[in-house]
Amino acid sequence: MSEKNIWPLWEVFVRSSRGLSHVHAGSLHAPDAEMAVRNARDLYTRRNEGVSLWVVKSEDIISSDPDSKDQFFESPKGKDYRHATYYKASEGVKHL
Amino acid sequence: MKSDELDATLDSFGDALASATRVTPGNALRPEDIAKDGVKPSEQIAQYALRLGDDSLILSQRMSHWVSRAPELEEDVALGNITLDLLGHARSFLTYAGLAWDKTEDDLAYFREEEEFTSLHIVEQDNGHFGVTIIRMLLVATYQHLLYTALMESADETLSAIAAKSVKEVDYHRDHAIQWTIRLGLGTEESAEKMRHALEILWPYIDEMFTDEPLHDQLEGVAVRPSTLRAAWDQEIAGVLDEAGLEVPNVPQAMCKGRQGEHSEYMGYILAEMQVLARKHPGATW
Repeated sequence: MSEKNIWPLWEVFVRSSRGLSHVHAGSLHAPDAEMAVRNARDLYTRRNEGVSLWVVKSEDIISSDPDSKDQFFESPKGKDYRHATYYKASEGVKHL
Repeated sequence: MKSDELDATLDSFGDALASATRVTPGNALRPEDIAKDGVKPSEQIAQYALRLGDDSLILSQRMSHWVSRAPELEEDVALGNITLDLLGHARSFLTYAGLAWDKTEDDLAYFREEEEFTSLHIVEQDNGHFGVTIIRMLLVATYQHLLYTALMESADETLSAIAAKSVKEVDYHRDHAIQWTIRLGLGTEESAEKMRHALEILWPYIDEMFTDEPLHDQLEGVAVRPSTLRAAWDQEIAGVLDEAGLEVPNVPQAMCKGRQGEHSEYMGYILAEMQVLARKHPGATW
């Protein structure tokens, strides 16, 4: 199959009936946005998984660089003062 | 599963209510519920349900040939879903019809002869290329959508309930067919030519869909008179074809008596494939 005949890749996000956020469910190929959301319905909600769908072209997603893992994600480690549990409630403070 | 083992208050996973934390099939009318209710239709209502069931059954059998053969994986799943929707409609209608004659859906699907099938000629037509299958889906799903919408008002509660369940599904079939008709009609010169060809092949079988029978007179208020759907169908189809840069073809109508059990040469092969396993191994289960 020649390059021009390959349908673009789309990422699918499904919001389940729990009423939470849309969650990434997987990806699929489709010729355009309208067909992508229909294909998503057929592939990712056929067992009653969702009440809402988002699709976005995979190429439109900007992701963090896996090679920059250290500079991106190492810094917060050990900084436990950034967690609420680090702090003790002072005596006499109500409603905490 | 035997119908008497089913508890109507439970879904098919045995859950009383859909859980908030796991996937469930949800609540919907199933053929097993119809069998369990055991409301016996009159002979005429059973004959009417048989017609609707046979249309869906034969179209489903035809469509199932696409599984693993569609142009793309995603389309394969879409066609498979639509095929199974149609099989579900057939199961409901045949289960209900069978109650009049103490027959199961399987008795009616697997152990009737060709001349006992009452389906329309359009549903038994060859799948052809993808465009032919899409045009057939467009013509039939638009028809079934109008039919089931009207049938929801039927005085017969079971027919009305089956129609209410099925109408949402054929609405999606219709949408799927419309999307592809527009894309292929406005695609390349080759895709447009194939769609024009598909319309010419299938258009001769249109009049049969809208032909009233004495049965419809006898079932006033219960059955939908097919002729009453024609104007809305013509308008909807003309709108889609116009959007797709296509036209209603100028071809003569075929003489079809599918409702009387007279079928085209395709039907014998369709039934042979559909029925061989059940007839060779009666009572087989898996």
